[in-house]
Amino acid sequence: MSENLDRELMGKETDEREEDTQKGRFLTFNLDKEAYGIEITHVTEIIGIQPVTQVPELPDYIKGIINLRGKIIPVMDVRLRFKKNFREYNDRTCVIVIDIDDLSIGLIVDSVSEVIAIPDTEIVAPPEVGKGGNKYVKGIGKVHSDVILLLDCNRLLNDEDTENLLNI
Amino acid sequence: MAGQFSGEPMLDMYIFETTQNIEQLEMCILDSEKSNCYSQTSINEIFRIMHTIKGSSAMMLFNNISVLAHSIEDLFYYLREQKPENIDYTLLSDHILSGVDFIKVELQKIVDGEKADGNPSEIIEAIKAFLSQIKLKNPYNGSEAKEKQELAEQPRYYITPNKSDININTNAFKAVLFFEAGCEMENIRAFTVIHNIREFSDEVYFYPEDIIDNDESVNVIREQGFKVYFKTQKNYKELDAFFNQTVFLRELELVRLEDDTELKGFLTAKTVKAEENPVVVPRVNSYSAETAEKEMTTGAGQSIISVSITKLDKLMDLVGEMVISEAMVTQNPDLNGLQLDNFMKAAGQLHKVTSDIQDMVMSIRMVPLAMTFQKMHRVVRDMCKKLDKEISLELIGEETEVDKNIIEHISDPLMHLVRNSIDHGIGSAADREAAGKPPAGKITLEAKNSGSDVVILVKDDGKGLNKQKILEKAAQNGLLYKPANEMSDSEIYNLIFLPGFSTKEKVTEFSGRGVGMDVVVRNIESVGGSVSVDSEEGKGSVIALKIPLTLAIIDGMNIQVGSSRYTIPTKAIKESFRPNANDLIKDPDGNEMIMVRGRCYPILRLHQLYKVKTGITRFIDGILIMVEHENKTLCVFADELLGQQVVVKSLPKYIKAKRKVKGLTGCTLLGDGSISLILDIGGLVNI
Repeated sequence: MSENLDRELMGKETDEREEDTQKGRFLTFNLDKEAYGIEITHVTEIIGIQPVTQVPELPDYIKGIINLRGKIIPVMDVRLRFKKNFREYNDRTCVIVIDIDDLSIGLIVDSVSEVIAIPDTEIVAPPEVGKGGNKYVKGIGKVHSDVILLLDCNRLLNDEDTENLLNI
Repeated sequence: MAGQFSGEPMLDMYIFETTQNIEQLEMCILDSEKSNCYSQTSINEIFRIMHTIKGSSAMMLFNNISVLAHSIEDLFYYLREQKPENIDYTLLSDHILSGVDFIKVELQKIVDGEKADGNPSEIIEAIKAFLSQIKLKNPYNGSEAKEKQELAEQPRYYITPNKSDININTNAFKAVLFFEAGCEMENIRAFTVIHNIREFSDEVYFYPEDIIDNDESVNVIREQGFKVYFKTQKNYKELDAFFNQTVFLRELELVRLEDDTELKGFLTAKTVKAEENPVVVPRVNSYSAETAEKEMTTGAGQSIISVSITKLDKLMDLVGEMVISEAMVTQNPDLNGLQLDNFMKAAGQLHKVTSDIQDMVMSIRMVPLAMTFQKMHRVVRDMCKKLDKEISLELIGEETEVDKNIIEHISDPLMHLVRNSIDHGIGSAADREAAGKPPAGKITLEAKNSGSDVVILVKDDGKGLNKQKILEKAAQNGLLYKPANEMSDSEIYNLIFLPGFSTKEKVTEFSGRGVGMDVVVRNIESVGGSVSVDSEEGKGSVIALKIPLTLAIIDGMNIQVGSSRYTIPTKAIKESFRPNANDLIKDPDGNEMIMVRGRCYPILRLHQLYKVKTGITRFIDGILIMVEHENKTLCVFADELLGQQVVVKSLPKYIKAKRKVKGLTGCTLLGDGSISLILDIGGLVNI
């Protein structure tokens, strides 16, 4: 019994350590010309585009569901989510599988570039542009001369109210 | 010490054990009550259970439960030792059951992660008062009882006097055991050692003595080690091996004693006492031994283990994937056109093994309905008392097995139905006699298999449903959906399942709030089952629950529409056929229908419903699948039929949260790894 406990405790420690090393690191990807970043803690894996099964009656940005080694997860086309034009998928198209509060979802993006560390000091709050203009961006990271829009994954998944209001 | 054990496994174990114990206890009480006498065995049983609960609750720091269990234990200790007469058994049962209820509530709090903060003092007072009342009624042996109690609390040694003389050629040993630091519960570990030694030794003495009851003993064991003296015919080597098996053993000192002096010196003081009371002592000991065995989770010699449901779910997922992977390998398109005799043979073998594993995993999850059914005894008892009715409960087919997940969903509805039957169905004894029926009512719970479903019937021999009343009530509440005189009997009866329907004029504690039947229906439907009712006025009514054996695997037919695949549960399919052009009818509203054997059925175009692009839009090019759900029939139009598939996966949470898609219940993986959506026929026919 206490062996298990020990193991659990150790597990927790390593988790914490992992979290530390993952802090401030972002996976960056591209849509059109812009670079976006999401916190690496949320990212489970990156896979190439897979055959997607359509599910009827869903918003168009949810392309459907895919079979990820027996686990069925929904996939969202981030382009459509951001009201950009649909672009045909090619061999650069990637699905970033993220995991938030036990909810797995795949994000379809044009291409994935790299994992970079952005210190807190290099992140600024997004400017207040109009209403809801930057609802998915929770910060703007500066890396050398480039700007990276850091996404708020929770909002990306759950920001439904504004969406519905806009539809009316 | 328990503070350090906030670890989940301990808590899980505790909850599991205590729940089981409580259920066992309840059954025991109810059985006893039925025979209106507590037999010696059941008193022993209750005592043992209470002792276990007391011990484990104290260990987990749930003091309120522990204190309550202690008071009940006291009561039964008295009953066991004194065998007092003229006890009000009904009152006794009431007291214990109220205690049991308290523990149940507290357990639920613990399960929900809340603090078990209920105050049992009222119940304890009642039990104590009851105990002293019995003592008053049986005064002649009261003092003796006290004395015995004192004795029984002390004996931690074990002697069988008639055997000690025979064991002359045995060896005496002294063993000192030190447990690893931080292994916790040294006293219980020590007790297991003692328990095991007893298997081959008749004389065992140990220090500290009060290992089970006294928490202080833990410290003594930690500091000075646990000393055991015993006599056995085994030799040094065997014993050394024996002790070294002990879990968390750090150090062992095993000495063979040349003469008995040390041993004798150790026990002179107590032997006399023990001889005096030779019967009681070993018995008390054997109880604690059982208890200790339960508390330990080593599981030595156990033939049943408890596994958490999440692990089983995971296992089932994996097996499901294995079945799919197997299909992916053996039906791999790369193999097409190749001559592969040996491969096919091996693949056949693999297929057999995988399907065996699948069956086995499914059977692991199957649980007999007995437990759920037994719970109803309690419901019936309580309600009979409250409502002053006499009702017997008969259980048939309680060994029928159902998937564990489903059991959880039907327990509440079933209880509700039984309550309804008692409250609304079965009248008072006077009413019954006036109707020429025996005064005692009867409720029958029956379970039986029928195909891939289990049917559970709740029968009562009461008044039956009153059609006129139902109609009036439905009219009052505006639930009538068509003129009363056009309704068939079963349609009228089914009105009672509508939300907001309750015929009972006054709301009782048990039923009549009008939130009953529709909740039952919803619960049953959530596991893919259905509820129906039949009744004969004056004779009684039958409510039938039809539930699927399992949720995890269905037999389904895959169909293709454009590039999408859908799965229809096989049990819903009546037939599939290619239509003739001249059987097709189109009404002025554009609704399409087909005439089959003189009957007309509506047609649903899946590609239109789900806006799927397909080249096949003429009925004569595709195929029609006739499906049925609760007497509603529909023809689904698809491009073509594919094979069969079984494993069900639910749609991702995210999608379910986004929108409830009409007519879809879940999805499944096909042999080639692609996903097929499972159609909910019940939803489709009602679109």
